[in-house]
Amino acid sequence: MMAVSELNPGNRNPSGQRSLSALIGDLLERIPAAWWVVGIILLFMPVVANDFVLFQIFGWGFILGMVALSLMFLGGYGGMVSLAQMSVAALAGYMVAILGPSGVTAISLNWPWWLYIPVAIIIASIFATLVGALAVRTEGIYTIMITLAIAAAFFYFTRQNYTIFNGYTGFANVVPPELFGVNWRASVPFYYLSLGCAAISFFVVLYVSRSPFGLALQGVRDNPRRMAALGFNVFAHRVFSYTFAAVIASVAGILLAWQNAMISPGSAGLPAVIDILVIAIVGGIKRPIGPFIGALIYVVLRTFSPDILLALNLPGDRFKLLIGLGFLAVVYWSPDGVLGLWERWQDRRAKRGNPLTGQGGSQ
Amino acid sequence: MSLSDQRQIGDLLHTAGTDYALELRGVTRMFGALAAMTDVTLSVKPGERRAVLGSNGAGKTTLFNCVTGDFLPTSGTIRLFGEDVTRFPPHERIRRGLRRTYQISLLFGGLSVIDNVYLACRGVSRGRFSMIRPRRSDALMQSAYELTDAVHLGDVRDTLVAELSYGQQRQLEIALALAGAPRFILFDEPAAGLSPTERRDLVTILTSLPRHIGYIIIEHDMDVALRVAESVSMMHNGRIFKEGLPSEIENDPEVQELYLGGGHA
Repeated sequence: MMAVSELNPGNRNPSGQRSLSALIGDLLERIPAAWWVVGIILLFMPVVANDFVLFQIFGWGFILGMVALSLMFLGGYGGMVSLAQMSVAALAGYMVAILGPSGVTAISLNWPWWLYIPVAIIIASIFATLVGALAVRTEGIYTIMITLAIAAAFFYFTRQNYTIFNGYTGFANVVPPELFGVNWRASVPFYYLSLGCAAISFFVVLYVSRSPFGLALQGVRDNPRRMAALGFNVFAHRVFSYTFAAVIASVAGILLAWQNAMISPGSAGLPAVIDILVIAIVGGIKRPIGPFIGALIYVVLRTFSPDILLALNLPGDRFKLLIGLGFLAVVYWSPDGVLGLWERWQDRRAKRGNPLTGQGGSQ
Repeated sequence: MSLSDQRQIGDLLHTAGTDYALELRGVTRMFGALAAMTDVTLSVKPGERRAVLGSNGAGKTTLFNCVTGDFLPTSGTIRLFGEDVTRFPPHERIRRGLRRTYQISLLFGGLSVIDNVYLACRGVSRGRFSMIRPRRSDALMQSAYELTDAVHLGDVRDTLVAELSYGQQRQLEIALALAGAPRFILFDEPAAGLSPTERRDLVTILTSLPRHIGYIIIEHDMDVALRVAESVSMMHNGRIFKEGLPSEIENDPEVQELYLGGGHA
């Protein structure tokens, strides 16, 4: 992991004078083998997986993973647990439906895609910045409370406002533009679209975590008073991290609206809001890969648990029971999520590497 | 920024016409009904090195917290290089050349030594929100490398701070305070818990600071305090009750009664 966190695409040492190919070779060498395996499996997934798996399992998993990643960025690096990330995502989804085309012709403005997509992201990010400006004045449980209150307010507002948000029914027929003649809602194109967005978000978060902004955010998390004593404006830093996280959540929100071909108050209802927290915690909130692991587990459980329950002669709509039990189990045995379990298992294996010196072979 | 540049800037500041680096006028800080600091008036010239002595609870750390802006004073004014900073947030004071170290090390344990120092350098320059990873050749990264060498931490540059020894953490505290172009530093018990050898190193580091950098040092170890300071202020019960040269303070019967011979060393 250390090797990856130091992986730096922008690293061109002017004094080094090395050839570009040597540099790329060096870069490729530093990517661990496991990453190649995961990357190649994901790239060639459409060869083996059927449409349902591509669209419903992976497509949805990547989207929820991105929303949870935005929470991981705030919570893991910034120490701020925001429950409003799903609302930010849903607002971007709403904006796409309102500014772009949808089934509700009385409201939708039918702007071209190159305009409504960026404007949707900007509006959702401004909303998140305001949420951040309110939330960062509080700490710990109070941040959770205030963002939960905002999420609840957003849900009820969208459900009751008919002039802009079309109330209870929301917007149907929210589909992606047919760019390059491709139907991006077809399972294979949507798989690659969501994979691409998820991968970019993941690498951006990984890269930014070692930039001055990211390092300072981790400094603010560990010791806000000291950061102020080093000349950092702690308040501004925290608020801006909400803005940054919102961009990722907004992209996910747009993808979510496209995947469902609709956006409605339920998209950011309290169950959905809490699911994002569950996903981030179950996966592991310390590293950017955690939310995606959590999202995949969630989506698989959510999709197949009705079948399992029915097979056990239990009502299928109790799938939340399984998710809840799984959440309890993870939090009980590993407060830092599945990722934490994995790391401890790796540590143990590494320690077994050499019983005499206690030094592991796998490092 | 190299050390010689810092010196030049320091010389310019010296001649810029500010009478005092730090000037407190009637500063009082109440915690509820309790006065942690009462009517403190204190002036330190640019480049001057001052020791503040006093028993536990005398108000020394409260004085530092008011100067850095961690607490706002209940009344009184604080001027930094002639500018009224009484109501400024801490980061604005730091950006004007003030630095401090903490009695209990406040470091970023999850980050490496070089990342800690780099953050300190970044905090007092532009680009705090930059999302571009720093290169090894960046000017700020270079000065971070120089600083780690200057406090003898070059060998543990990539070690996580949580894994450093206590003495090394104290050295890192000082490195963080020296980042950028400091003009005035507050040292809060830098020698606390150090071994005799480490204390000697500390005295060397403090006495070899560029001349234009003034500081106030809170220190229980009289040996260290009187060797690195040119003047001494004595605090007791939140008030400054005596100021003088180290030699005067050392031999003052009242000081010996209150502070040195207090019987609870």
